[in-house]
Amino acid sequence: MASAPSKQYSDDVSVVMVLLDTNPFFWSGANNTTKVSFSSFLNHVISFLNSVLLLNQLNQVVVIATGYNSCDYILDSSTSESINLSLGNGKMPALCSKMLQKLEEFLIRDEQLSRENLPTGITSSLLSGSLSLALCYIQKVLRSGRLHPNPRILCLQGSPDGPEQYVAVMNAIFSAQRSMVPIDSCIVGAQHSAFLQQASYITGGVYLKPPQLDGLFQYLSTVFATDLHSRSFLQLPKPVGVDFRASCFCHKNTIDMGYICSVCLSIFCQQRKKCSTSDTKRNSIEIYNHHLLPVAASG
Amino acid sequence: MASGQVVMRAMYKNNGVKDPGVQGVLIMTEDKLDFSPDDPMPSARLNVPFRSIKGHKFSKEGSQKQALLMLTQSDKSYTFEFDKYAERDICRDFVGKVLGKIQAKQSSKQEAKVDSEKPATTVHDEQLRPAEMELRMKLLAENSELQKLHKQFVIGGILTEAEFWATRKKLLAVDVSKISKQPLGFKSAMLADVRPLTDGRTNKVTFSLTPEIIQQIFTEKPAVHQAFLKFVPSKMTEKDFWTKYCRAEFLHRTKNAVAAAAEAAEDEELAVFLKQDHILASEARQKIRRVDPTLDMEADEGDDYIHLPDHGIFRDGSKEFTDSEYEQYKRTLAQDLNRHAAVVLEGRTLGMESGDTRTVAEALAKSKKAELATQMSDEKANHNRSERASRMAEIEDLQTPHNPPFAPLLIKDPREYFDSQQANALKALRDTAVGTRTVNCNVNTAQAYGSLRKSISEMKVTGLSVPVIEAEVARKVLIGLSQQLSSTKYNLGKNPQESILDRLPKKTKEELLHFWISIQELLKHFWSSYPITTTYLNTKVSRLKDAMADIYPKLQGIKESAQSDFRHQVSLLVQPMVQALDAAFTHYDADVQKRSMRS
Repeated sequence: MASAPSKQYSDDVSVVMVLLDTNPFFWSGANNTTKVSFSSFLNHVISFLNSVLLLNQLNQVVVIATGYNSCDYILDSSTSESINLSLGNGKMPALCSKMLQKLEEFLIRDEQLSRENLPTGITSSLLSGSLSLALCYIQKVLRSGRLHPNPRILCLQGSPDGPEQYVAVMNAIFSAQRSMVPIDSCIVGAQHSAFLQQASYITGGVYLKPPQLDGLFQYLSTVFATDLHSRSFLQLPKPVGVDFRASCFCHKNTIDMGYICSVCLSIFCQQRKKCSTSDTKRNSIEIYNHHLLPVAASG
Repeated sequence: MASGQVVMRAMYKNNGVKDPGVQGVLIMTEDKLDFSPDDPMPSARLNVPFRSIKGHKFSKEGSQKQALLMLTQSDKSYTFEFDKYAERDICRDFVGKVLGKIQAKQSSKQEAKVDSEKPATTVHDEQLRPAEMELRMKLLAENSELQKLHKQFVIGGILTEAEFWATRKKLLAVDVSKISKQPLGFKSAMLADVRPLTDGRTNKVTFSLTPEIIQQIFTEKPAVHQAFLKFVPSKMTEKDFWTKYCRAEFLHRTKNAVAAAAEAAEDEELAVFLKQDHILASEARQKIRRVDPTLDMEADEGDDYIHLPDHGIFRDGSKEFTDSEYEQYKRTLAQDLNRHAAVVLEGRTLGMESGDTRTVAEALAKSKKAELATQMSDEKANHNRSERASRMAEIEDLQTPHNPPFAPLLIKDPREYFDSQQANALKALRDTAVGTRTVNCNVNTAQAYGSLRKSISEMKVTGLSVPVIEAEVARKVLIGLSQQLSSTKYNLGKNPQESILDRLPKKTKEELLHFWISIQELLKHFWSSYPITTTYLNTKVSRLKDAMADIYPKLQGIKESAQSDFRHQVSLLVQPMVQALDAAFTHYDADVQKRSMRS
């Protein structure tokens, strides 16, 4: 596992981790809220994946499905299995039909997990889980093999944020920042995602919410296809404003104002006698106010 | 001032310190000061009530400076010059007392208004030690931002002095420790510079010793110090002592070891000065024992200049004649240099400035004793040293790591920290989010998954659509993207690190930053006043609320006054400020309502 002494550094080879939002409740409701259906969404994304692979022979694409109850790898372009397989019926590359098959299997598994309870309220997908899977995969790539690629994560997200995942998502974001992996986000849903805004802002990725979803492929190939080295020469969309609000730890609400434990920095929406996270007494709990963050951060 | 009045001759300087000034008489009573010039000049006549005086400053006592006293009003100041410092000091003390009284009265009045039950608390706060007051003044003078805030809120009457500083206790605490003046060390010039003066005509040689030099002699030559304590004044006068010392110095200077030996044989007191310092020698031995045993002397061989040509002391002791009989009467330059360097590096341990030679000598002896005592307790240090030596000699790889101790963060229940409390969250969110996403609830799970699977199998059959994207749509997307990019490029600048603020005109930028800082100051006080438990907090909050309300039109003003190019950015920057204020007002209103319902 030790870093191999003779790693081949090449600045134009990318490992792209694509997190695909496969939340059924989002896509089945999509007809009302967005202009794009799941099949046309897949159509755009598969074409995009192929163009990334065509850009460089050594490029690698890994797709992770972000489901409602689980997440899983559904495509890894580096495995020989996917290349040898000649499932192709002439209508699409073998790689893609393999991916579709895996996606279908994943959906069946995901559905089995959710049979019992019907969803109520916000139906967010498991973004924190798929971010963690992506980061694990990246660590594996970085620590093994001769090639030292430039990994990045692209989130194709449609469903709204799940405030209950706040801590997990923020932890994933910080670990991505630490390993210098930018998180790009492309929002295909109706609302902006505060999580992904922060993720892209913190890790130096690109956040984009395309206004015209029938041209999704164009957005993807224009903004997200270039390798990290080339990005420094390009003008890419910049965030106009980032929502920095936090979720409280007790009820997982998104809050403007609350109380913060000065020992473990847990955030609460109500004042309490004792911090439930670190067991600290009340006098170390101070007022947290989103508005007291420096103005420069939002500029 | 029992009389409650001070009459003093003074000069009034109308236009600052440089002004020659007008001679006259200054009369100060408890409530006002009155200056009448000798020359009846109406412009120089003063009659100022003390109520309007905010503070006073004065010049330090020194031979060159004038004895000045300056009284500052909010917009103006009055400078008086006195003939003598003593006269100025009387006036200064009087002014200080009167101002203190007025301040106390004002704050107690304020307090009485605020809370008639316990008027004592803030009066107590306001009575500050002069040192603390001075510290605050210094902090304000050093930090212009702080000064601006102080001027705006404290002098503007929105916050009291105590409230303002209460949030900055750290600032005050840090500087209190630093308040002790940096002690003056010894000069690095050597004692050898006490040159004897010869007046070519006679054989007389004059040494001049100042108290400063004497102190240095005492610290550098413990033997002389000890001799002084022993002989003066019981055996000889101070003058005789120093004469003897100078004689010994002269003998050293001439490097006449034989003569020195001869003289020492005759006079035992003189011998003390001429022989090598035995105290020093024992001290040096002790020091050598304390050297870190792991010190690698070879490491600084590279710094050895002595063996290079043109470096080092050309004439060192080894080349001079050595005669064991006179050895003890010789001092090499290197010894002197080393001793001097050691004393300079140790620093002056004596707190007192200067004074009587005898007291200096005694104080020094006392501090020496204390030093020795600490050295005795250094036995433990000795132990540590040997421990360290053995540790260094060990092979590092084989040892357990010496990590600094740390307090681990105690997390009571990791699951609570990392896992989601889905049920809880959903319950809370149902109230807020029902309106926005009702659509999803109409679809049941099976249907949702079914439709998704259906679209996948559809894709499997039809394959990828060709072309992936309509040319017309792609064109539109590209145009839209490039428009967005060029506008953000214009708005946000090319350099991502450059903030919007840097491209605004300097004045606007400063104004914006100042507004933000003052809003933060107000909000900090506002939020920390909740929950309101006393009437005092209640009035404080309403005071703060009024001050915050005043900021709204100013923010609007800065938005409107901005040039059209920047108006958009300025309003973007102003928006979070307005939001922050709005949040505070919402809370205020809700709280007022809640409390009125309860009562």
